[in-house]
Amino acid sequence: MTNSWTDIRNTDLVVIMGGNAAEAHPCGFKWVTEAKANRGAKLIVVDPRFTRSASVADFYAPIRQGSDIAFLLGVMNHCITNDKVQWDYVKAFTNAAFIVKDGFEYKDGLFTGYDETKRDYDKSTWNYAIGDDGYAVVDDTLTNPRCVWNLLKAHISIYTPEMVERICGTPKEKFLKVAEMISECSTPTKTMTSMYALGWTQHSKGSQNIRSMAMLQLILGNIGVRGGGMNALRGHSNIQGLTDVGLMSNLLPGYMTLPNEKEVDFDTYMSTRGFKPLRPNQMSYWQNYRKFFVSFLKSMWGPAATPENHFAYDWLPKLDVPGYDVLRAFELMNQGKMTGYICQGFNPLLAAPNRTKLTASLSKLKFLVTMDPLDTETSRFWENHGEFNDVDSSQIQTEVYQLPSTCFAEDEGSLTNSGRWLQWHWPGGTAPGEAKTDNWIMAQIYTRLRDLYRKEGGAFPDPIVNLDWSYADPGEPTAEELAKELNGKALAPVMDPTDPTKVVVEAGKLVPSFAALRDDGSTTSGCWIYSGCFNENGNNMARRDTSDPDETGAYLKWAFSWPVNRRILYNRASADLNGKAWDPSRKLIEWDGQKWSGYDVPDIAPTAKPQDVGPFIMNAEGVSRLFVVGMMRDGPFPSHYEPFESPVTNLIAPRIRGNPVARVFKGDFAQFAEPASQEFPYAATSYRLTEHFHYWTKHVWVNAVLQPEFFVEISEELAKEKGIVKGGWVRVWSKRGSIKAKAVVTKRIKPLICDGKPVHVVGIPLHWGFTGAAKKGFGPNSLTPFVGDANIETPEYKAFLVNIEPIAGPVA
Amino acid sequence: MFPPVPNPTTQPVPPKFGDKDLIRRSASTVTPPAQRQTEVAKLIDVSKCIGCKACQSACIEWNDTHPEIGINTGVYDNPHDLTPDMFTLMRFTEWENPETNNLEWLIRKDGCMHCEDPGCLKACPAPGAIVQYSNGIVDFIHENCIGCGYCIKGCPFNIPRISQVTHTAYKCTLCSDRIAVGQGPACAKACPTQAIVFGTKDEMKEHAAGRITDLKSRGFANAGLYDPPGVGGTHVMYVLHHADKPEIYAGLPNNPRISPIVEAWKGVTKYAGLAVIGFAAAAGFMHYLVAGPNRVSEEDEENAEKLTGEEPRQ
Amino acid sequence: MNMELSRRQFLAATGAGVAGTALGAFGFGEIEAAHAQAIRAFKLVNTTETRNTCPYCSVACGIIMYSKGDLKKGEKAEIVHIEGDTDHPTNRGTLCPKGAALLDFVKAETRLKYPMVRKPGSDKFERVSWNDALDRIARLMKDDRDGNFVQKNNDGVTVNRWTTTGFLAASATTNETAFATYKVVRSAGMLVFDNQARV
Repeated sequence: MTNSWTDIRNTDLVVIMGGNAAEAHPCGFKWVTEAKANRGAKLIVVDPRFTRSASVADFYAPIRQGSDIAFLLGVMNHCITNDKVQWDYVKAFTNAAFIVKDGFEYKDGLFTGYDETKRDYDKSTWNYAIGDDGYAVVDDTLTNPRCVWNLLKAHISIYTPEMVERICGTPKEKFLKVAEMISECSTPTKTMTSMYALGWTQHSKGSQNIRSMAMLQLILGNIGVRGGGMNALRGHSNIQGLTDVGLMSNLLPGYMTLPNEKEVDFDTYMSTRGFKPLRPNQMSYWQNYRKFFVSFLKSMWGPAATPENHFAYDWLPKLDVPGYDVLRAFELMNQGKMTGYICQGFNPLLAAPNRTKLTASLSKLKFLVTMDPLDTETSRFWENHGEFNDVDSSQIQTEVYQLPSTCFAEDEGSLTNSGRWLQWHWPGGTAPGEAKTDNWIMAQIYTRLRDLYRKEGGAFPDPIVNLDWSYADPGEPTAEELAKELNGKALAPVMDPTDPTKVVVEAGKLVPSFAALRDDGSTTSGCWIYSGCFNENGNNMARRDTSDPDETGAYLKWAFSWPVNRRILYNRASADLNGKAWDPSRKLIEWDGQKWSGYDVPDIAPTAKPQDVGPFIMNAEGVSRLFVVGMMRDGPFPSHYEPFESPVTNLIAPRIRGNPVARVFKGDFAQFAEPASQEFPYAATSYRLTEHFHYWTKHVWVNAVLQPEFFVEISEELAKEKGIVKGGWVRVWSKRGSIKAKAVVTKRIKPLICDGKPVHVVGIPLHWGFTGAAKKGFGPNSLTPFVGDANIETPEYKAFLVNIEPIAGPVA
Repeated sequence: MFPPVPNPTTQPVPPKFGDKDLIRRSASTVTPPAQRQTEVAKLIDVSKCIGCKACQSACIEWNDTHPEIGINTGVYDNPHDLTPDMFTLMRFTEWENPETNNLEWLIRKDGCMHCEDPGCLKACPAPGAIVQYSNGIVDFIHENCIGCGYCIKGCPFNIPRISQVTHTAYKCTLCSDRIAVGQGPACAKACPTQAIVFGTKDEMKEHAAGRITDLKSRGFANAGLYDPPGVGGTHVMYVLHHADKPEIYAGLPNNPRISPIVEAWKGVTKYAGLAVIGFAAAAGFMHYLVAGPNRVSEEDEENAEKLTGEEPRQ
Repeated sequence: MNMELSRRQFLAATGAGVAGTALGAFGFGEIEAAHAQAIRAFKLVNTTETRNTCPYCSVACGIIMYSKGDLKKGEKAEIVHIEGDTDHPTNRGTLCPKGAALLDFVKAETRLKYPMVRKPGSDKFERVSWNDALDRIARLMKDDRDGNFVQKNNDGVTVNRWTTTGFLAASATTNETAFATYKVVRSAGMLVFDNQARV
């Protein structure tokens, strides 16, 4: 989230699209109902299904899953065509005026530089024209046909209301109603918030779904302001934190990246990371990268990380591929290229796509270790559960360890919520049986492995035996020790850069924030963006002061929000070019002639003059990007692509199937249904239900009572066509698997008319498996395709093809 | 925001109400307290309800009940009906508004309405099995319950349920144990959107008025408060977007009132008395009335259904 | 004759069943006794409160756990109730149907209590001691790492990677556990490393 849950109270319009906040985040959704009750805010829900969010919406519009980009670019087109643009914001705070390099173009669904065999682009033309002064060329009049604004206008002109209706199945008048309500938020005093979740991410173009809305929000001037923003609701309690701390194949903590093997040494690595400003006077915050990187390496290897060995740069593994995400992991397993797999609180047998492939893959491992408070399906993948897990145990040679861990109630530490709040919690119960904390388990594995290397030697033991593990009890580091390590400390006195005689932080003290980090090895910090969470003031994550001056929803003294306790990112953009709030009734920070101050921690140097420094300091341009340079694999602008399995062909680029640069492993393509398949004619989607959380609450008696049994949802029309009755049994199958379910026949799903033809939607909730209190059942992952988003590999769970038929139920 | 329900205390607190505050007691006479406590009420704003069932969940946990894990029957309602272990239930109705052609998903939290004029209590033949406190709470005292099922017949909302295990009747207590120590009901505390709020009856009416104004501004011309006069008003009220049609909310009675059969029984005991009609006559009448669901005539069932506006449920 | 007692007497006569009530006592004493039990005793009296965060979605609602016994005093603590924390700015004491049933998560029948091993080809889990399980896991990891670690790639560049054993991190562990995990995984050179952000 750019903003926070409690900030949603400040909005005028909530758009829930690509999510279902009322069901998946009910207590956060409270702030939507508050905005409605207190500000007269309106709620729009756009979804293939009439969800429980839709049940309290002011306006609902249906949409075919996988067509969100067409819808959003259609809204953008409507806003621009009707002059519903917050011009001052767009001109000053976006790259609308930047001139794009010659050679870049878009044609027939593809951008310049496409290589079909590599399924990748040569992105060299996707860049700004650079002037003789070394800075990007801009045209503040927005008249140059090569400026971002004019390229954007041309790019989205095809997305007319008629085209939106043909692609999305959203009736034109409903689309226009949504577009009009949204376009009203282009004034500086009206703000819209976007609440989205996996309904947008779980597509082969998930990142571009989100980008489309982010661009729309920029055009409306809604980023950095109270009641605005791009608010990723996020699914799990600490998935924000796990990502912040970098637990992904290609990440280091704090959104730094792991080296790839072309970055042969420290200097080569650094050469592409300290982005030079692209505009005069601009601050480019990543120029501090080296400080954060060195401080991280010092946290890893302590005294063994020295200037001489480039702070142990070589001890970090180097990537040969963009990433070893969970899909690639199972692909490698399936190819027999993996020996072991360790699952910490993750149940991939139900969570990853194409279950048949998953079972085959796990069966090829030599060993599997699971750590979980609950009895997961993954830990029992080898056990026969009839049709729910039809395996032959005797044929599976995997050695499996199921390790019992404590749960939240018995554990101490911090979780980071979607609003970036780090909140501390305390244990209150005794763990059952011999269950142990995750810290204990990880420490026990590590110390045993280290001791083996000390004793026996082996393959390159240095990074293991030299890992800084100087905890009071090496067998179980405490949460407090680790939190201090994340925050960082001074190893030697840290001096003031403007006054070399002045000590800013004494040796041995915790650093107050990342501003004190240095690149000479004199500081540590496990995760620079968390710096400030536990400093000499104490554990700031445990703060419980609920004061909130003028009820802005900031709660600056409650817990700690990264970075540096900032509650709304890009908040400098809440004020105009002179530093005055766009909306005086929703002041956030303002420039008083000398400095920035207000209700939040300024997202800019406190003394940076408003006309000099742009608000988006993490970008080298200082402004936000309507045209993105370099970072997106599938285009600097979003473009409509169909899902890999789609009930229709791509109307605007009929030759293109799926996202043209999404990674597809050999063998998986053959397992996709053809576009507009006769064999698999129905558009399926997966989702959560409010009664359950993922695959956990089927273990919880009460939640099993509230929603006991697996079902699929279909329209009355499809039910009639197929002879399916409410509460009857059905079989649903895709090219990859088959499941049985009860049928919920509902008016909440209606056939969508796409380009004149009806598309039937089949809804498949995800909460059932073969362990726990609820009735045994299946999950959508028995059916879903093994392909992910082109940029970050989020599996395409939200749009795939199935067939359905009524069947006789099991004999009772 | 309506003031949230405060956190519970863990210190012993003398109860804020009790025996001395009884205004009614089944099959008994009580001396009403000199001063009535402020009437409390729970307000359920159907227009804010997201059907998440947090109320059901909180109710189960607080009251330590253990409902069975059922099956899916093609709808979201689970359990399928109120049970001795499920005192409250979200009832889902997919309603196409004929005026707008828009689908409306009406979700109503069903449960005891804590009637000011409680039909269950009036029908109850077991002394002290059902009581009403001066703050409006109608509570079942299981030690005194004989499991006859009259309360179900007497209830215009078809709420109480008899346990096959303990053979006594159960329903929502309005969390009398929480309210007695200055807390709100567990469901009201949990409700994520404050679709359920709790306070004095006057506060609830005032809060409802604000909500109704908001709903009218959003095009719900018939938004209104459900506080049915036929049962003397209730201590659980609804804000409905279509208050002119309560029956569309899973059969919420349009004009609930106590069944004349119950009123007749009440009349017999109250005005005639055994000395007048004679023990045998009373026995005959009671036998006709009480002897259990199997022996109640179909006609009576139909009457009861007509009166309560309830469709027979599975 | 008192009307109320008549009714009660009558019910006994018709056999409707007056389970366990003391018909013999026709006075009002028993009525008083019944009154005293009318309202259930408040079940949180004298329990210990602990602040925590709901482990499910990322709204991160504040919760209060009520226990018998106090961990801080070194006692065994059994959690008996969990409800929302009204002091929390986001949830204000409210909880969703999952959060409101957290007690049943803590006490789920399928909570794991002991380390278990499933041997190759077996159709069952067997108890194993922590010590044996951890020693074996460390051995399996080391053997694989020693066999498959890549110190230099074909171009002679130091890459120090291990891709034959992978680690899937969770979605609900603490940041502190996450960092401890990060250190262990990365120092070993593991690249097959992911979390549950995507599913």
